[in-house]
This record gives sequence, structure tokens and C-alpha cells, in this order.
Amino acid sequence: MDLLRFTTAGSVDDGKSTLIGRLLYDSKSIFEDQLEAVERFSRKRGDQHVDLALLTDGLRAEREQGITIDVAYRYFATPRRKFIIADTPGHIQYTRNMVTGASTANLAIILIDARKGVIEQTCRHAFLANLLRIQHVVVAVNKMDLVDFAEERFEEIKEAFTSFASRLDNLVEMTFIPISALQGDNVVDKSTQMPWYQGPTLLYHLETVYVGTTENHVEARFPVQWVIRPHSDQWHDFRGFSGRVAGGVFKPGDAVTVLPSGFQSKIKEIHTADGPLEEAYSPLSVSLLLEDEIDTSRGDMIVKSNNPPQMGQDIEAMICWFGEKPMSPRGRYVLRHTTREVQAVIKEVRYKVNINTLHKIEDDLEFHMNDIGRISLRTSAPVIYDSYAKNRITGSFILIDAGSNETVAAGMIRG
Amino acid sequence: MSSIRSYHVSLLQQLESEAIYVLRETAAQFRNPALLFSGGKDSIVMAWLARKAFHPAGLPFTLLHVDTGHNFPETLSYRDTFVEQIGARLLVASVQDSIDQGRAVEERGHRASRNKLQTVTLLDAIAEQKFDACLGGGRRDEEKARAKERFFSHRNDFGQWDPKNQRPELWNLFNGRMHQGEQFRVFPLSNWTEMDVWLYIRQENIPLPSLYFSHQRRVFQRDGSWLDAETGFAQPQTEEPILEKTMRFRTIGDVTCTGAVESPAATLDDIIAEVAAARQTERGTRADDQRSESAMEDRKKEGYF
Repeated sequence: MDLLRFTTAGSVDDGKSTLIGRLLYDSKSIFEDQLEAVERFSRKRGDQHVDLALLTDGLRAEREQGITIDVAYRYFATPRRKFIIADTPGHIQYTRNMVTGASTANLAIILIDARKGVIEQTCRHAFLANLLRIQHVVVAVNKMDLVDFAEERFEEIKEAFTSFASRLDNLVEMTFIPISALQGDNVVDKSTQMPWYQGPTLLYHLETVYVGTTENHVEARFPVQWVIRPHSDQWHDFRGFSGRVAGGVFKPGDAVTVLPSGFQSKIKEIHTADGPLEEAYSPLSVSLLLEDEIDTSRGDMIVKSNNPPQMGQDIEAMICWFGEKPMSPRGRYVLRHTTREVQAVIKEVRYKVNINTLHKIEDDLEFHMNDIGRISLRTSAPVIYDSYAKNRITGSFILIDAGSNETVAAGMIRG
Repeated sequence: MSSIRSYHVSLLQQLESEAIYVLRETAAQFRNPALLFSGGKDSIVMAWLARKAFHPAGLPFTLLHVDTGHNFPETLSYRDTFVEQIGARLLVASVQDSIDQGRAVEERGHRASRNKLQTVTLLDAIAEQKFDACLGGGRRDEEKARAKERFFSHRNDFGQWDPKNQRPELWNLFNGRMHQGEQFRVFPLSNWTEMDVWLYIRQENIPLPSLYFSHQRRVFQRDGSWLDAETGFAQPQTEEPILEKTMRFRTIGDVTCTGAVESPAATLDDIIAEVAAARQTERGTRADDQRSESAMEDRKKEGYF
């Protein structure tokens, strides 16, 4: 894989910005004029040292207050891979930001302060990574310089985290790395202070970890985005259903069903501007041409007939609430799922989760900003879906407040 | 023996298919979107991707050029040829017209630039044509305020960006709903880096304005930038001698605030090697960004791209 998307999770003052600054700096991804600008601003603010966090804090309010307000995306590349970092702030609207950053990530770095060990926030980060089904987690035990680079301390933290994480069933792979972001130990260059650690440096691990793919290549799913009908003599009969493959593999000749109508046909051609393809798979953007004239439009889904998704108006989901206003009981929202938009009403709140203890909350069912829990929804028209566990694209949705047009919740459908 | 089929998708394929997805979402979610086309490489790549996204049909967007009047002649001739090639409609919104109508006031002094005035012209064109979304070639890697942008960036009815109150954007679900009079900016190239853009231009063999390649040019130095002395739009002062040098442009914008770099890079391969070794960001040549620490953020809050 040429591209790795990862998100970083850490609480305030655990050195997250320093770590990202260090990764960018030591991998020579920072330009001279960027560094000069940061030095200038640090001097102007009266800092004693150059604050590498300024590299990632892009807004004026962030630089002035020394805090991160919103998710920022960072890009860097080494000869092995290109990386996209979703850098999520540690305090304000933490859950909302981490869920946003995690929704497109293949890997999460969870930072732990070696002095503090596994704390409540660590559990929260691990829970959210698990909820969003990030299968690969790097636990970076930072500030090892402040615990004398002690192997025992590292092992203690490793054991505590492993014990907590055993209750999280989606984490496929965990790697523990002892680092000092400030001094650069085991970030890009191997530490000389911790000869007892035989594993990879953080960057080497990020460059080489096999994340396989989060794409689903089994169940073929094609949400129709747009219908291409050229009004030209040359392409008179052309009718292409364009979209991005959300799962599985499509080939010419495949028997397909268009949902929700249920009409069946065969794939005649997979069209792209560069010529027809022999097969199309996730995440390629293509246009499908069908053998038969079938009424199909945006919001429909083309699937292989032998492996249909679920379809219905009753949805069970885990949601994370983002709205400033609490969720209204039996409230009506717009539900956007793949390319389809329907009305939805909250039928029942089943429980909320205390994300620090993983306990279910059943006596307070009002959803406020950053609350996570399980609900059931009833929609005005059928939704064509898979469980989030099977497919991140066909298993996810957002809720929109029809009055304010704000995105108020993110949802993951249960199978 | 059976072999496991691998479905490898290259980095450029991933970026291309993501951008096409965003372009199609824009066509589907908005009533009347425009594609901002400046003749710079990012907007060229975006228009190229738009042609692919709707092939074999034409573009469902109007191309909108916000013209400061301070153009390199190469950019204009390139623009007209390219637009004809991809079979698009082009609308030119002129900053000069905004000034003549008293909608915008020209800056004074030899450092005057029309960069800020573009916002007035853009917002007027949006109001006149009733555009509800404008596609821009901005990338998150090019500038720190842009790093905070969404793919679908909501703007209020004054066209303003409110960076502290952005809609969360999850998975590939874009919320383009808005009230009457509000607008969006959409950035299909959000996840592309400067290097990705150049690699894609080489892969696709996309023609570019000759300004991007090394050539002889008469220039003068101001605040560390080499400004053009040939078009006459930037006025050198007496203490700013004119020299002839081997130059190229890393970005192309308004002549008065786009600096050239000394470079022998004459081919795409040369440019890619140069970008890989660069120690300065590409917008380091843009005087419009150097005006203050938050120049881009401030312009976006006023309704800029």
C-alpha cells in the first residue's frame, strides 16, 4: 500500500504536537520558510524555545491561545509511503474530533505519558479507535526520558493497556513503542538509551506495517452518484451510472440487481474516460453500463445479485452525538447514507456508553454533544446497508438537523 | 495452487478516484456549481479530472475565471485553448470591471495588488450567476489555514468562512445542505500534495502553460521574491534593478504578487526532481501570503476561495 492514513490520539500535554513536529522535522518534511515562520512567531510570543506545535496549529486563534481547535490534516512522504495524518485536538470537543479523524484512518497512534501510565483518557482513545474499527493501533509510550528509559515502566504500561484492550474486540494488531518525542528517541532514529528495546522505531513501523486493506472485496456494492447521459450524436445511447465502488468486484457480464427497485440486469461495460475496465473494485470511481434499460438514479445501489445487502426502514446503530443541541427524543432528522438521503425518526435510545469505563448507562438517555450510545431509527424510505463491521462505507451514516442543516451525529450500523 | 488476487490501487489512482467522487457529489448536491479556473496547475488538474468524471458527457459546471487583469499572456492563451479542448463554458469575472463600477477600490503604492479585490469580484459573480458552490483547486498541504478546510466548506450568505464552527466531515459523507443565499466552496484536491499534482500531470501528460518551465525572463527582486519585469504590471523602483535570469514559476497567480524561482528545470522530470529536493514551500513565492501570519485565513473569512 502506497498510502497510510493515521490519526493521533492523546490528552493535553502528552506531547502529541511535539511528536508530529518531530516526525515531520526528522523525516525532513518541513520546509525552511515554514520553520522560519514558526521561529518568528515563537519569538514574538516570547516562547523560550521554538514550539513545533505551531507547525500544526493553522488558525490564528490556535496560535494565539496555544491550543488546537479543529482537526487538521498533515501530509508527508518517505521513499516508502505517503502519509496523511488526521491531527485531532486533545481537549475541546475531543470525541467529535477524534471520531471525525478516525473515520478515514487505517491506523491510530495512542500516546501515553510514561509517568502517568494508562489513564482514563487512554481508555477513551482505545474505545473510540475500536468503535470506528481501526484495526491497527500503535501505543507510543512517550516521555521515556522522564522515567530514566526504564524497561520495567514500559512493560507495566504495556500490560495495563493489553489488559484493558482485551475487552475491545476489533483491534487486530497492537504495537508498543517506547519513545521520547522531545529528544527524538525511537521516533525516526533508533534510541541509544534503550538497548533493551529491540522493536522498530515509530516511523519505520508506520512505513512497513501491513495494514492490508480496509476495503471490502467480497460484497459488491455500487451506490449510484450521478447518471451520465451525453446529449451528443456520438454517444446517443450511452447511459452510465457513475459512482465509486464501495465494496466487492464488478466485471462485465456480472448479474446485478438495482436496489431498492429489485430490477435485475447484467453489466455491459465498465466505463472510464481512459477506456473500459476488465474489473472495478473499491475505491475506484467508474461508470457502469447495464444490458437493460432500467430506471436507476442517484441514491440507488447496484449490487451483485448473488450477494445482496440488507434493506429496510428499521436501523440499529451506535451513534456519536455532535450537535450543540441535545438529541430530541423521537426527533426527526435527515439521514444521509451513501448517496441516499431519507428522513429518520429516533425510535428508541437503548443505552449510552460511559466511554471511560465502558459501562452502559441506562438511566440517563439524553444525548448531549460527544455522547456515544446505541439507538434505533425508523426511516421514511428503505435504506440499503451492510453492518459497519462488514463495510465502512455502506455501514455508516450521518444525521443532519433539517432546521439548521448542521451535521449532528455520526452513526455506525449494527448487523 | 491458487493465488490470492490483490487489488492494488496506486496512490495516484486513489487520489484521482477520490477527486472524481467529490466532483460528482458536487454536481449532484448543488443546483448551479462553478469551477474556479485560473490557468494555474491545480485548477488545470481539477478541470482535467472534471472532464474524466463526467465523460463522455460534458462538464456540468461553468468554468469561472476571476481575472485580476494582471495576467501573464501565456496564461490567457493557454486558458482559451484548454477550455476549448475540454469543451467547457468559460465565464470571465473581471476585477477591472469591479473597480470601474466602484465595487472595489484599487490599492495604491508600488506594492499595490489586486489579490484582495478578487474576493469582491468573486462574490459579485456568485450573486449575479446564482452559483451555489464553487470548486477550487486548493490543497490542504499548501497553506496552514487550508489544512483546516473541509472538502465541502460551508460559507454564510456573505461568502465567509467560519473556521471555528465547521461541520464535522466523516467517512465520505458530505453535507451540502444550506439555507437560501448561503454557499459552498468545494476542494476535490484536498488530499493532494504539490508532488502528487506534478506526478499526475506527468502520468496524464497534461499540457501546461510554458511559464512552469525554465525560460529566460527579465525580473527584479523585492522582499526576497523575483517579480516579473516583462508584462509591466509590477513596477520596479529605482533601487530594484532589472536582471535577466533563467527562471520558472512554481505557482501562477496575479503577476504583481507571484514570484519566480531560479531554475534550470525544463521538463516534467526536471520539475519533479526539483520539487522533491525543494526546501521552500511553493507558496513561499506568493507575496499575497506573506502580508501577515494569517493572510490566507483572513482572506478566506472575507469570502476568498
